[in-house]
Amino acid sequence: MEQQFTVNGEKLVVKMPRELDHHYATGLCSQIDLMIDAYSIRKLVFDFMDTEFMDSSGIGVIIGRTRNIGFLGGKTYAIHLNGQIRKIFHASGLQRIVQTEGEE
Amino acid sequence: MNKNVEKEIQQNHMQIRFDARSVNEGLARMMVAAFMTELNPTIEELADVKTAVSEAVTNAIIHAYQKETEQVELICDRKDEELTIQIVDHGIGMENVEQAMEPFYTTKPELERSGMGFAFMEAFMDQVKVESEPEKGTRVTMKKNIGSPIER
Repeated sequence: MEQQFTVNGEKLVVKMPRELDHHYATGLCSQIDLMIDAYSIRKLVFDFMDTEFMDSSGIGVIIGRTRNIGFLGGKTYAIHLNGQIRKIFHASGLQRIVQTEGEE
Repeated sequence: MNKNVEKEIQQNHMQIRFDARSVNEGLARMMVAAFMTELNPTIEELADVKTAVSEAVTNAIIHAYQKETEQVELICDRKDEELTIQIVDHGIGMENVEQAMEPFYTTKPELERSGMGFAFMEAFMDQVKVESEPEKGTRVTMKKNIGSPIER
């Protein structure tokens, strides 16, 4: 699986994988943290366009990154959520800390 | 006319064992999805069950064992529309199941999972039962009614 990062100024768009579980999440966290640091990212966008599956490990990825970028005064966005991902966001209360529209 | 003929119960059983390695989380989801096919689940039901299975299997892999060569067992049963899934490990078990099931509770915060595994199982399945004994292991039993099979 290939991870896709796009940096544009202080904005980083992370293309999320087809299946985001604990197996995939482990490496993803440190990769994103490195990118935030290396490129002084202040806007982090999770793009779920291709994601068909996510479990609570995905929630962990997003909460952790939102916290880290929050320390730097940055914000997190999540876009292109399908029905299932939206349900997970609601079940976990994630939509209260992550903006789910506006940063397309 | 055939009112006295009792409807035959449709049932099926599947039991698999796999190594406690994170790559097998996806395998477990796929096996369950395949098992569910004949129940004609909706896309949403399928996604709900896959999420719950992923949570339970991940717990077994992360928490129950220290070694990847240990085994996790996945047992699926179907009785008409009722799907029962059991995820069994023989790992370290839990002293306090109730505490483990509280949202956001985690014994491994460094892994940055959300502590919502059990909460998700309960949210996406009709019934969740957790039996655990320290040093013996854990059995998670989850049930869900899946749509209704196509009448033939």
